[in-house]
Amino acid sequence: MTAPAAPAAPDQPAPEPAGPVLSASGLHVTFAGRGGRAARAVDGVDLEIRPGEIVALVGESGCGKSTLARALLGLVRPTSGQVAYHGRPLDYRSRELKRFRERAQLVLQDPSGSLNPRHTVYDAVAEGRRIHNGATPDEQERVAEALSRAGLRPPERFLLRYPHELSGGQRQRVVIAGALILDPEVIVADEPVASLDASVRGEILRLLMRLRDDFGLAALVVTHDLGLAWNIADRIAVMYLGRVVETGTVEEVLSAPRHPYTRALLSVLPEAGQEPQVLAGEPPDPTRIPGGCRFHARCPVLASGRAEAAGVAERCRTEDPGPLPAGGAADAACHWARAQAAGG
Amino acid sequence: MNYLDVRDLHVAYRTAGGEVPAVRGVSFGIAPGTTLGVAGESGCGKSTVALALLRLLPASARVSGQVLLDGEDVLGMRWGRLRAVRWAGASIVFQGAMHSLNAVHRVGDQIAEPVLVHGQATPAQARRRVGELLEQVGLPAWRARSYPHELSGGQRQRAMIAMALACRPRLIIADEPTTALDVMIQAQILRLIDDLVAGSGISMLMISHDLSVLADTCDRLAVMYAGRIVEEGPAGAVFADARHPYGAALSAAFPRVGDPASRRAPRGLPGDPPDPADLPSGCAFRPRCPAVQDRCAEVDPALWPAGPDRGAACVRVLSAEEARALGVPPPEGSDGGGVPAAPAATEDPGGTPDPGGTPEPGGTPESGGDRAPEPEETR
Repeated sequence: MTAPAAPAAPDQPAPEPAGPVLSASGLHVTFAGRGGRAARAVDGVDLEIRPGEIVALVGESGCGKSTLARALLGLVRPTSGQVAYHGRPLDYRSRELKRFRERAQLVLQDPSGSLNPRHTVYDAVAEGRRIHNGATPDEQERVAEALSRAGLRPPERFLLRYPHELSGGQRQRVVIAGALILDPEVIVADEPVASLDASVRGEILRLLMRLRDDFGLAALVVTHDLGLAWNIADRIAVMYLGRVVETGTVEEVLSAPRHPYTRALLSVLPEAGQEPQVLAGEPPDPTRIPGGCRFHARCPVLASGRAEAAGVAERCRTEDPGPLPAGGAADAACHWARAQAAGG
Repeated sequence: MNYLDVRDLHVAYRTAGGEVPAVRGVSFGIAPGTTLGVAGESGCGKSTVALALLRLLPASARVSGQVLLDGEDVLGMRWGRLRAVRWAGASIVFQGAMHSLNAVHRVGDQIAEPVLVHGQATPAQARRRVGELLEQVGLPAWRARSYPHELSGGQRQRAMIAMALACRPRLIIADEPTTALDVMIQAQILRLIDDLVAGSGISMLMISHDLSVLADTCDRLAVMYAGRIVEEGPAGAVFADARHPYGAALSAAFPRVGDPASRRAPRGLPGDPPDPADLPSGCAFRPRCPAVQDRCAEVDPALWPAGPDRGAACVRVLSAEEARALGVPPPEGSDGGGVPAAPAATEDPGGTPDPGGTPEPGGTPESGGDRAPEPEETR
């Protein structure tokens, strides 16, 4: 009852650790930036999403999280490294990609922007299926099923409505139904609740959890909101300037953060019950990634001399702590945290 | 004495389909040097309140009630006096600084404008003041020469705050001052506001959808729903222990990271806020209320006392005697002597709102008494 619906026989503790549905390894995505500078939006990321798992990818705007999400869906081609679906590298030929996109669906933020105001709910939900399967005789049945899975019940009440007749929460459910109609294995949701009111947000998050529990749907949820990760995710990856700087289970990372960046993010949450560690300055620029540890210029541990005391300050300034491996134990890309762990 | 006192404020928008009430009798006060947070979700009327305070609403809005700024009613002021009060008496920081700054003027000139208009300063004095203000909000003085697009979102919001401070107002109204900013930038801006307000004697009204941010930043907190304040009190107490079911649901919708109770347990509220043009009878929150009682269809609750220095617009906060005095029917099955503060235990099987159970309107004595008791003022 407690375990998420993994494709495991009852009472058998995970016969084989299921391989990831979707994974990135050594992924780099570089864009041509202003003035000929390359923007390294994703700068070496390993990440895995396993069946029936909700992974939260968190970070501030400009950290590369949305680019990484799009690369995982084959919407952006990596500059180097690869994306794999069930262990097989993504094939970017259009027919193969189309088949892959049936199984891995994107759910966008701001449902008012992603729904056509002149399409009914029926059209909006059926559209994805028509692209992949054409208009089939069971279309109406499938649309109704997708709507009710997305919590719009009874579906008949919604089929012929237009987006403007729906509330924000209902629109977001329509967008989710549009993804569910293809029966995907994994969804990538980019800020799925950022534009919704708080009281509605909880309902949509509950829906994502239910889809996981009832249908084994895996999800990567891209968000700036650590509370959302705490609410629904199993694992979390914290991104800073193109890299995952800390990863682990949600409990490990959010209850006992190791990376000074994660610690700072947690400390500024309202009601955090600790002195906020407000980082000065702006989120940095992916066209100018600092040498050494990319966080060192803003790092409160380095600034306060604690890194010096631990004997790692020089490495912080000169040595890249490197990318974190995917799917392993909790880890932080931080010389100081590693020294602490080794010392203690 | 409060610097700002709002009394029974009503705002209705004239539309093609008739008048739509946006604010339905809101009263509150802010003491000098203190901060009141007004929280609520889209459409609850909180931004309309902010705009009404300085008469910034469009012509389609009909406003009544009183907005007393230092004892003087803003709603009755002549234009000349109003112009003087805007900026110097009270100023506004809007959400989305991108649209509130003029894109084709240098930031410094925009900050200087109110100083020149209101402060009777020479251009040289104004320039000096701009430099001072920018440094006060953590921007280098040379930023005065920048255009808005050359600043980041956080820097623009700082410039907006500098402008709001330009004429040394005694009240700052901040409408979603950190919405759309990243968490770290939000923390910077909130800390800046905190530093500016602390010890300066400036009063502040901060409006936000984010109850948790307000709970952290403000002295007192008011929660709005469907054009009313439904809960008011000391910020920490309201956030941690709301007396109104909506206040409680809204508070629970903000997870506390690290708290096992909210782990894997997102909480929200089924349903949507009511259409302001078509409010339900009785309590406007009734259709979504997890603790609804039969009498909620009849009683339009006012902000009744709900503990020390607190108020909540819910029949459940009334004791039997208070209810009797106000003519509010007792909860079902209690014979008038029950424990009204206890959650609805037996009378409602839950989940089934009762659109059929609406009694005939006008048949209840409290239909005129709902607005009679004024909410408890802030000290």
